[in-house]
Amino acid sequence: MSLVLIAVLALLGLCILAGAILGFAAVRFKVEGDPIAEQINALLPQTQCGQCGYPGCKPYAEAIAGGDKINKCPPGGEATIQALADLLDVEAEPLDAVEGEKPQMVAYIREAECIGCTKCIQACPVDAIVGAARQMHTVIVSECTGCDLCVEPCPVDCIDMIEVGSTVQSWKWDKPLAPGQLIASDREQAA
Amino acid sequence: MSAQENIWDIPGGIHPAERKELSNRTPIQQAPLPKRLVLPLGQHIGTVAEPCVVVGQHVRKGEKIAEANGFVSAPLHAPTSGTVSFIGPQPYPHASGMLAPAVVIDSDGLDEWVDLTSHPDYRHMESTELLALIREAGISGLGGAGFPTAVKLTARPTQKIHTLIINGTECEPYITADDLLMRERADELVSGIDILVQLIQPDQVLIGIEDNKPEAIAAVRGACSERSYQVRVFPTKYPSGGEKQLIQILTGVEVPSGGLPADIGILCQNVGTCVAVHDAVVHGKPLISRITTLTGEALARPGNVEALLGTPVGELLQFAGLDTSKLNRLIMGGPMMGFTLPSLDVPLIKTANCLLASTAAELPPPPPAMPCIRCGECAEACPASLLPQQLHFFALGQEHEQLKAHNLFDCIECGACAYVCPSSIPLVQYYRAAKAEIRELEQKQLKAEHSKQRFEQRQERLRRAEEQKEAERKARAEKAARAKAAQAEAPPAAAAAPADEALKKLKIEASMAQVALKKAEKQLAAHDTPELQAQVNELRAAAEAAQKALADAQAAAPAPAPKPAGDEALKKAKIEAAMLKAQLRKLEKIENPDDDQQTELARLRQQLEAAEKALADLEKQVPAPTAKPAGDEALKKAKIDAAMLKAQLRKLEKIETPDDEQQTEIARLRQQLEEAEKALADLEKQAPAPTTKPAGDDALKKAKVELAMKRAELKKAEKAGADEAALQPLRDALAASEQALHAAEAASGKLAPELVRTERPGVDAKLKALKTDIAFARADLRKLERDESTASEALEQARTRLAEAERKLAEYQP
Repeated sequence: MSLVLIAVLALLGLCILAGAILGFAAVRFKVEGDPIAEQINALLPQTQCGQCGYPGCKPYAEAIAGGDKINKCPPGGEATIQALADLLDVEAEPLDAVEGEKPQMVAYIREAECIGCTKCIQACPVDAIVGAARQMHTVIVSECTGCDLCVEPCPVDCIDMIEVGSTVQSWKWDKPLAPGQLIASDREQAA
Repeated sequence: MSAQENIWDIPGGIHPAERKELSNRTPIQQAPLPKRLVLPLGQHIGTVAEPCVVVGQHVRKGEKIAEANGFVSAPLHAPTSGTVSFIGPQPYPHASGMLAPAVVIDSDGLDEWVDLTSHPDYRHMESTELLALIREAGISGLGGAGFPTAVKLTARPTQKIHTLIINGTECEPYITADDLLMRERADELVSGIDILVQLIQPDQVLIGIEDNKPEAIAAVRGACSERSYQVRVFPTKYPSGGEKQLIQILTGVEVPSGGLPADIGILCQNVGTCVAVHDAVVHGKPLISRITTLTGEALARPGNVEALLGTPVGELLQFAGLDTSKLNRLIMGGPMMGFTLPSLDVPLIKTANCLLASTAAELPPPPPAMPCIRCGECAEACPASLLPQQLHFFALGQEHEQLKAHNLFDCIECGACAYVCPSSIPLVQYYRAAKAEIRELEQKQLKAEHSKQRFEQRQERLRRAEEQKEAERKARAEKAARAKAAQAEAPPAAAAAPADEALKKLKIEASMAQVALKKAEKQLAAHDTPELQAQVNELRAAAEAAQKALADAQAAAPAPAPKPAGDEALKKAKIEAAMLKAQLRKLEKIENPDDDQQTELARLRQQLEAAEKALADLEKQVPAPTAKPAGDEALKKAKIDAAMLKAQLRKLEKIETPDDEQQTEIARLRQQLEEAEKALADLEKQAPAPTTKPAGDDALKKAKVELAMKRAELKKAEKAGADEAALQPLRDALAASEQALHAAEAASGKLAPELVRTERPGVDAKLKALKTDIAFARADLRKLERDESTASEALEQARTRLAEAERKLAEYQP
């Protein structure tokens, strides 16, 4: 009888100890916020363009963490979808956008036509447009995310979205054709 | 001293055909002065230089034409005298074949130097001055990478450079520029090393030269003479000339992965750079030319030339006897690490140590790549001890994490792996592409992080602004409420409140004194003692004093008392009269009253008469307060009376067979009604203004509505595209209604300022301007008034401005 009692007491003691440790750990190592949403947010391009239907990248990250589709980010493109699929261990899907993947764009204000209404300044999510009321505005190219949220509010349509061309500094080597796709004799024949 | 003992080996490496004899047999020649020089602004690693000349400006040889833009940057100088003819995109020696910003100088052929300040006595100069000289001379590494030399020489306080290595290796096939430089300019080279030594104070100086350049070795050894610089000769092997590889060969120490030579206290400089430093310091000459190898089998006279920067490579090759029919591939740099030039128009830049004009037989196009057979040759050839085939597969699969884990970024892109590959896989191209991709992704990541921060900061700022606005709004509302309360309180508080308050206080005091007196008197009645008597007397006096004070106060404030009294009495009398009337009517309704009731009725009638008389008296007594409203009030009353009488009359008339009494009642009522109507008519006559004016307003309103409707109709018709015939009547109607409105306006009898004419075609511009002025002045004033911190002067000014504007408007309107 006492043997059983000792066993029960010992187990009870262990349970209480483990419970105390777990309880302490839950308080001590509490993680603020949703870690998954944070990780997803880190993969998004942070253009804050709202093309996914959410007001910014973080809300979309939270929506993905809540089960939304991962293919709604046109600025991120296939690379982002792939990264998200890897992170969440789900199947990568093709991009869900009308125009498909777009190259990196930058806003350009045709300064002669700008009337200084400040509407684009208010629309810019990253404060990349400088100017003042009745003064000409201009885009800080290095800060522009190419979200084109400034294009629509412009009353005189003086904002263009220009493709960011590569310069000598940003140019990169092409990847060569994978070897073995065409054996030498075939290629000679094809030529 | 045995040099061999102090040499280490590097892993891997290859021995390609050297082909140096093509160009190292002739001395350095001066290239002819070109007519047009193209000077790209980015000839170095780092920020592109900023042009400091304008198109059309005349520059002399050695004059600065572009400023360094940032710390890691280098200025640019005019290589010859001439005129700046263009600043903008120009061909640029780059694998992409893209254009890059450049300054174009049209040579005037005079080659006229700017005034130079030489410093042969540099030994007395501060190191900062020396550094500034080197920086201002625009020197960047001439070995091939082009890192700004002054930046490399800037001492970092945490790192002591103990070894200075001078790189005369020149390991790549074909190139002999450094070889010839060491042979012909050994003295300048050693002088340049002296300057570097003075700058960084190293413990030892090692000059590394491959053993395939015996003349150069001899020349440098001779120039060093009694100096402690050690010339170290080591076996030829590609790529010994790589910075990290040379360090390993000369010191046996490996530069840590991802680190810099400075991390292990070593600094490397190319021999060409040393000569440029000598020229810059001792002669004050900026870097405007370099020694370049012109080689390849497509040239008739290969050799080394000292050419001005910006010289088009086509002209240089013509000078060396280029046979364009033989030319297959034109490479800038060596056959291992160089890149194919897109055209002959590109200029010579600071980093161009060789131009290789090869024939097809000399450098045949690489055979098609075949699959990797995992032979491992590449790993054995790699001087950086990497695993090229692994990197190749990871690059194919875009496994960036794996690439980084396998130290892709330690690859120096020497091409040894691709050289030995039996499958002819262009391995280096894979690594370059993978590196670029990883860098791009990292850039994107950085930018995303940056954008996120900016976005969040903006959100935070907007939230703060909103909060502040809210707080301000609240404060303003509170202030307004307080001001209103103060306004509402102030006049009565000033006039009535104190008097009322005082009166109340006095009353309370008086009554309290009375109560105390009564109490004392009661006690006195119970026990008659002299003390109590005295107390009662005292209290009585006090009570009397209080009463008197109260009476005085009431006398002093008589105004509020009588008026309410009169009103009160009037009200009372009215109520009494009404009650009597009601009672009377009740009694009258009884169909056959007995005697008692009859007498009661008579009494009541009498009483009513008396009450009515009293009421009339009272009304006569207090005519003042009801004077103005009296008209209106009386009118209203009269109307109500008349209406009531009419109703009563109708009720009675409805009775089909009225008895005598009812008959008389009807007659009486009729008479009363007539009287009431007459009184009403009189009253209306008395107060004609208020009744006529609204009539005028009504007409005006009607006319306005009419006009608006007509206008809308016309507009609708115009929009619908009605023809002229249909529109004409509408237009006429509009004109007519406009006329009517003006007539109504004229008839409305309003005073001039109140008369607001609805807009007519062609409103007076000046009037509009004046009104706008007033509006602005008013808005300014209001804004100032709202702001607490406004100075009273400013407020006064705004007020006078408003008054002025109003006066002007009044003057303008006749």
